[in-house]
Amino acid sequence: RYTSTGCFVFKPNFKKRKISVPIEDYFSKGKNASEDSKLRFETYQLIWQQMKSETERLQEELNKNLFDSLIEFLQTSHSGLWKNSEDWSGEIKLREIPTAALILGVNVTDHDLTLRSLTEVLQNNVTPYVVSLQAKDCPDMKHFLQKLLVSQLMDCKVDVQSKEKESVQVIQKNVHYSMDSLSAWYMNFHVLFDPKMRLKRQISQFLIRMIKQNEIQHLHEFPLILIFGIATSPVVIHRLLPHAVSSLLCIELFQSLSCKEHLTTVLDKLLLTTQFPFKLSEKVLQILTNIFLYHDFSIQNFIKGLQLSLLEHFYSQPLSVLCCNLPEAKRRTHFLSKYIFSISCKREETQSLLENLHVYHTNYFLVLRCLHQFTSFLPKYPLGRQIRELYCMCLEKNIWDSEEYASVLQLLRLLAKDELMAMLQNCFKVFQSSSAKELGNTAKKIEEFLAQFQSLDETKEEEDTSQSQSKGLQKTDLYHLQKSLLEMKELRSTSKRQTKFEVLREQVVSFVDSLVREYLLPPDTQPLHETLYFSSAHTLRQHLNAAPRIALHTALNNPYYYLKNEALRSEEGCIPNVAPDICIAYKLHLECSRLINLVDWSEAFATVVTAAEKMDANSVTSEERNEVIHARFIRAVSELELLGFIKPTKQKTDHVARLTWGGC
Amino acid sequence: MTSTLELKEDKMLKVQFVGDDDVLNHILDREGGPKIKKDRAQLLVNTQKIIKKPENELEEDDQEVLKDQNYVEVLGQDVQESLKNGSATDGGNKVYPFQNRKHPEKMAKLASELAKTPGKSVSLNKNDPEITIDIPQCSKGHSASDKSQLKNNDKSEFLSTAPRGLRKRLIVPRSHSDSESEYSASNSEDDEGVAQEYEEDTNEDILSQKIQAQNRVVSAPVCRGTPSKKMKRKKTSHLVEEYFEAHSSSKVLTSDRTLQKLKRAKLDQQTLHNLLSKVSPSFSAELKQLNQQHEQLFHKWMLQLHLGFNIVLYGLGSKRNLLERFRTTMLQDCIHIVINGFFPGISVKSILNSVTEVLDHMGTFRSVLDQLEWITNKFKEDSSLELFLLIHNLDSQMLRGDKSQQIIGQLSSLRNIYLIASIDHLNAPLMWDHAKQSLYNWLWYETTTYSHYTEETSYENSLLVKQSGSLPLSSLIHVLRSLTPNARGIFRLLIKYQLDNQDNPSYTGLCFQDFYQQCREAFLVNSDLTLRAQLTEFRDHKLIRTKKGTDGVEYLLIPVDNGILTDFLEKEEEEL
Repeated sequence: RYTSTGCFVFKPNFKKRKISVPIEDYFSKGKNASEDSKLRFETYQLIWQQMKSETERLQEELNKNLFDSLIEFLQTSHSGLWKNSEDWSGEIKLREIPTAALILGVNVTDHDLTLRSLTEVLQNNVTPYVVSLQAKDCPDMKHFLQKLLVSQLMDCKVDVQSKEKESVQVIQKNVHYSMDSLSAWYMNFHVLFDPKMRLKRQISQFLIRMIKQNEIQHLHEFPLILIFGIATSPVVIHRLLPHAVSSLLCIELFQSLSCKEHLTTVLDKLLLTTQFPFKLSEKVLQILTNIFLYHDFSIQNFIKGLQLSLLEHFYSQPLSVLCCNLPEAKRRTHFLSKYIFSISCKREETQSLLENLHVYHTNYFLVLRCLHQFTSFLPKYPLGRQIRELYCMCLEKNIWDSEEYASVLQLLRLLAKDELMAMLQNCFKVFQSSSAKELGNTAKKIEEFLAQFQSLDETKEEEDTSQSQSKGLQKTDLYHLQKSLLEMKELRSTSKRQTKFEVLREQVVSFVDSLVREYLLPPDTQPLHETLYFSSAHTLRQHLNAAPRIALHTALNNPYYYLKNEALRSEEGCIPNVAPDICIAYKLHLECSRLINLVDWSEAFATVVTAAEKMDANSVTSEERNEVIHARFIRAVSELELLGFIKPTKQKTDHVARLTWGGC
Repeated sequence: MTSTLELKEDKMLKVQFVGDDDVLNHILDREGGPKIKKDRAQLLVNTQKIIKKPENELEEDDQEVLKDQNYVEVLGQDVQESLKNGSATDGGNKVYPFQNRKHPEKMAKLASELAKTPGKSVSLNKNDPEITIDIPQCSKGHSASDKSQLKNNDKSEFLSTAPRGLRKRLIVPRSHSDSESEYSASNSEDDEGVAQEYEEDTNEDILSQKIQAQNRVVSAPVCRGTPSKKMKRKKTSHLVEEYFEAHSSSKVLTSDRTLQKLKRAKLDQQTLHNLLSKVSPSFSAELKQLNQQHEQLFHKWMLQLHLGFNIVLYGLGSKRNLLERFRTTMLQDCIHIVINGFFPGISVKSILNSVTEVLDHMGTFRSVLDQLEWITNKFKEDSSLELFLLIHNLDSQMLRGDKSQQIIGQLSSLRNIYLIASIDHLNAPLMWDHAKQSLYNWLWYETTTYSHYTEETSYENSLLVKQSGSLPLSSLIHVLRSLTPNARGIFRLLIKYQLDNQDNPSYTGLCFQDFYQQCREAFLVNSDLTLRAQLTEFRDHKLIRTKKGTDGVEYLLIPVDNGILTDFLEKEEEEL
């Protein structure tokens, strides 16, 4: 039998084969094994499982609205048809296939998950006859129908076994016939489509056939509903399908949740909470959100990043053993003794530190949300519109030192009463929802403020009878006029009497300010914060958002970066002649334009290499040495070809074409 | 590009790509122009210009107050922390500049520069007076305002190279023929004209150099004088102009020398290998250290593979040995498949076949997709199954296609298939769109090894090793060994026939009917269909070429050097 030598299968002897190595061994073996590593791995798995199920729950919750309305649509679309079939509008409707267009957004990677759960929901609630078709599964009509039928047949266990096989075989021969059998068999049928453009041909072919069916009044027997997943806009459907087809679709639009909202919820429930002990540092959070916002809008990827940071945290930070819920962490404090050298630090002390950290977080998130209530409605959003931006800033440094914070306070001082009251009300809700004791009186205080604002309404403010400085119009000269104007101005700015409302507003602002200053300290001011915060941002970036091109560039341009040999040390932009062959060949080829003459290149290469070798002992005869150098040149050139820097060309004999820009 | 950017409404931040000369002008603007001969290395750093808008001009509906600058900062930091990560060294600004017209002699010059000062590094653009004179910076160095004035000189500037005398001095005596005219354009029609031009130019060399020198002196004050706003507008158009200048002309000046004149025979793989084995490896201590660092990651890789990630390795140097060590140290007790992506006969089908082989499946599948589905179901049913896939060069010619990547991605997304792969090509990441990336669920690891791509390039029709798309001996053997004995017999027949006819100049190949007859007689095939199937196999591996003769009959030919075929037959007989 033919097998390519490109693949080699290694199957270990079954008798010898051990029962597979437990994963935690890999966790601990990488580094010097310590007693707590097993515990750390277990904690990792526990927390990850919790986080994962939480994200799944969130997803479900967020999709619920959409799915509910979809289900309603599916249930009504055909039943309505039967009733109205008498009058002519029903007649027209009869010719149309009810279609739901599901706008899923550009985060293509998340669609899979949404569609899968949608299929599940439909199967449970509407009908078992649901087929989900994805572009990758259906490269041609044959596969398309096969999938349509087979997945259906397997699920529903139609009793006629032999007939089944027949029909599957028939499909390959006669598509049309199979459609007949399809319609004969299924009473209620939903088809789901993935939003991939490649499905175009199949869809239209399929639909055309369906419409033929319609014409023979088969719709009664074959009530089909289509659901399209679309990434951007419903115009796509019209563009993909010929008019004759799209005019026969009765399309209803459904909008799924925007991925940004999704992200906010995920952050809110996973990070801005004391439910999960694990936290991200500012840089890490920023990298993750930036990958999300700049690269893919994919929640899945974001969660992958979260998983990786969790893993890295437990893998590389020995203190992470304490990264678990408070009572458990207290029990584990003895692991810490290894890392603390002063004897004075007793176990009780660490326990109280842990407790403090917990309290700190509880208060932190409350005050953060409260501050967010105030800042998220300000014009131009000096501290960001989303809570994650605010969170990032608070993580980074003392927020009150920033200019943005100062401008926030200034803007707060300009707020109108109803705005301020609305914000206070929101804050009050935030505080009420929590049970933290330390901040209990804060809620009370806010309540007081609210009451005071209310009372302002009733006791009509006594108009400050402006001490009319009408000294009468006197004749003055220009000098005096200016002088008096200046005086008036000063008077207004300094001793302008504040209204009661202004006084109260000032109080509120300073109250918020005091809250922020007290509770929003950056986490690195807290003892033991290392146990909870993952801060190695570069590892994350390296593994999630790598730049292979730049790595290649660095390796070729600056070998000293990797090979710490003094001979390779060089200034910016140049390269020593003892560098690896490929670096020299690369550097030389940078000096060429689109085409490179191999002879020139090889000569230049030889020049450099001979010069470098002359320092060594002159043992070999020159002809032989030249040959060796030529061979080295060949190797370097073919390596550059493999890397995609050059390619052979027929434009001119013995030339290669450059494939990269610049580098000049 | 820049102009559209400028036209756009105020964004918070603008990133503009600006050519070297514009940056130079910019500097001149500011500093009043006393330092014209700036280092180009320095200039490069400035190509990316970041303009930050005042904070309070943020667009209101720009929901995310995207702190681009923060982003850049975050991405570019932690250099010290990650000593071994090349990605962190500098941003992309050096990797993607615009292409400029290149001086045909630059390479030789750089070479001699590098050679002159052994052990020490000297850049082309250091303030060596002799060198700075003849860098044709001029055409780039001056501002847009005097561009038009210089236009008529442009040609001569590009062509004017170092004076002959200097060039002779620079090129080491080893170079063979300097006497003939060496420079010409790539399209042969223009050859003569350019050669003539060149002759003229050499005569004018000294003259034009003087002009250049003058221009440089003149250009500085002009730059200073021009109002900056006006300059900006001109800058863009100047940049565009230069870009098209560099790309419009089909002529590329390179020397006409060919390898034949060099009298260096083309090497085959074997001699190449022998020659290279004489080279003593340098920096072995450092390389070893580098490798050890990578090896420390093995346990982590295993862990992450088990937790649902897949691992991709990138960076300069062959990662074959590294993966091989990973395999021998970690995977001895696991079922695993090693896939040599660089092997010319590899295909997704063969990968899937070996997976089904692992699962002890006998029989065939109607299509690749059926096979994939069968595998998927199998792995989903039995969670105790575990399979490691090691793919060397996932980005190879044969595997980089969209469909192949989709299928491998789907395989790798299975929970109990663990994929660890290496990529080498510069543009390899372009293979994957978001959907595929999420299928793969990659974790990237930079493993720069500086190892030679010995195995990977041995199959390649390397530029200097073998030409005309023929296979080198080693790959011929490789491919043929994988065939059935019958197939080998068929191929041997064809070789013998071709060698018998090697002195016949009008030999066009063996006609299919004759070939079929011969194969039948040797009991190698029983029907002409089997032979045709076999020939398709050969053709896929580029072992044979078919040609329709004038009489409409198919002729079969092996596009391999007769010498290699003789060698091959000898080797085969040795083994038998």
